[in-house]
Amino acid sequence: MIVAERKPIDEIKEMVKSFKRVLNVGCGGCTSICHSGGQKEVDLLNEELNKAFELDHIPLQIDSFTIERQCNADFYLLLDEKMQSYDAVLSMACGAGVQFLSDRIPEKPVFPALNTIFVGVDRDLGWFEENCRSCGECVLGKTGGICPVTRCAKSLFNGPCGGTAHEGKCEVSKDTPCAWYEIHKRLKQQNRLENILLITPAREWRNQTRGTLVQEAYKERYAK
Amino acid sequence: MKSGSRLERVLEAGHFAFTGELGPPQGANVEAIRKKASHLKGITDAVNITDNQTAVVRMASWAAALVAIQEGLEPNYQMVCRDRNRIAMQSDILGASAHGIRNMLCLSGDHQQFGNHPSTKGVFDIDSIQLIHMVKGMRDDKKFLNGDEIDGSPQIFIGAAANPFAEPFEWRVHRLAKKISAGADFIQTQCIYDMKLFREWMKQANDMGLTEKVHILAGVTPLKSGGMARYMATNVSGIIIPQEIIDRVANAPKGKAAEEGIKICVEQIEELKEIKGVHGIHLMAIEWEHRVPEIAERAKLIPRPQV
Repeated sequence: MIVAERKPIDEIKEMVKSFKRVLNVGCGGCTSICHSGGQKEVDLLNEELNKAFELDHIPLQIDSFTIERQCNADFYLLLDEKMQSYDAVLSMACGAGVQFLSDRIPEKPVFPALNTIFVGVDRDLGWFEENCRSCGECVLGKTGGICPVTRCAKSLFNGPCGGTAHEGKCEVSKDTPCAWYEIHKRLKQQNRLENILLITPAREWRNQTRGTLVQEAYKERYAK
Repeated sequence: MKSGSRLERVLEAGHFAFTGELGPPQGANVEAIRKKASHLKGITDAVNITDNQTAVVRMASWAAALVAIQEGLEPNYQMVCRDRNRIAMQSDILGASAHGIRNMLCLSGDHQQFGNHPSTKGVFDIDSIQLIHMVKGMRDDKKFLNGDEIDGSPQIFIGAAANPFAEPFEWRVHRLAKKISAGADFIQTQCIYDMKLFREWMKQANDMGLTEKVHILAGVTPLKSGGMARYMATNVSGIIIPQEIIDRVANAPKGKAAEEGIKICVEQIEELKEIKGVHGIHLMAIEWEHRVPEIAERAKLIPRPQV
């Protein structure tokens, strides 16, 4: 899941305060699951904004609308038309969703209400943790299912570095486990330490230009 | 000879090597380098020129290394993976070699979070082992990392760091082995205070035949005060200082802590000289370059051999 967190209220206020009618659009996908941009969070943000603008005597009407996913055109049927009557749109989707929405209505300003922070998992209720950097060349099969790109502060491929602290913590923080300490522990448990005895050569970074993917079965459909 | 550096000649001739360290200034203050260099000239075989250590911006290590050459020192040019990608690295390596830099130490680098620009974007395009491998490929195969031919390969004696005191301890000797197979010619270790753990690591290295393939220089840092000892023991990851050493410095009579620190350092060097597979000492006297001649003399590391 893509995890995002809400921007500070002052930053959001600053973005929308010069408009008369603003539509705050929620997303029923990832940002709803991580409690940052679903219908509930849209309502909460609007309530906060209304109060703040009232105090500042700024006349601004802010309405809400949530669609199932902001990253797919199939869900825009009602929204496309609804957006027309507003001066600006606030999006509570991830960065991908905000851009998708912006492309639907290029004549009007669209603002992000969230900061998209990572691809992660639910550690517990309301607790999320980054686990993937979308690097485009997955090495998890060799590293015992623990990602060195994401979980090692230096993204080392032949770790651990010399900074691993007491009880296998990362030099960056006593609260962060050293990824390579964990990789070593797990591979040892699986009797697969030979996986990391050989040098992993410099990798070909594949996430340095914009990625696109057309699945094999659809290639003909999109052929020019 | 791979590079013809003094350090290489000393080690290949079977002498016990002695390297020091010089941290470039936080500015363009050339005099600061010359002053530090004056204490190390004629005393050391080579001097490590640190690369923005602790992620604090300083004069470029290659530039400070050139000043060191002017001052009659042989630099050991440090390069970290934190600040530059493979293009900048290879380009800097060629430039360094062109200007007569003949030793290099390949490091991952302290994380940027520790420095004075903590929110910068760390590069880490390649890691230290991949860097070692890249330099070796440039030197021996005359090829860039992408396989293209090099017009004039760099002559570099390749160094790497090793830390026997970071967890997982049992993996550390394997990491050493990886650095050797990547192409390291010499190793400089993290500061040694825990002699027992170091001996264990050296035994593993000897047993695996690694000391036949690489020159290990044992790292030492004199403790200036009880405060420094305690700070390093608690705040610097990957350093272990046994309590009795902290106590010796901390309990020294007023004004005598530094003397006790140097005394410990000299004792450590004497002990390290006797360990099988240790081919030299790397003395990291942090902002204490002027005390190096005294330590070298008391530890009988000078005069240096003619090679």
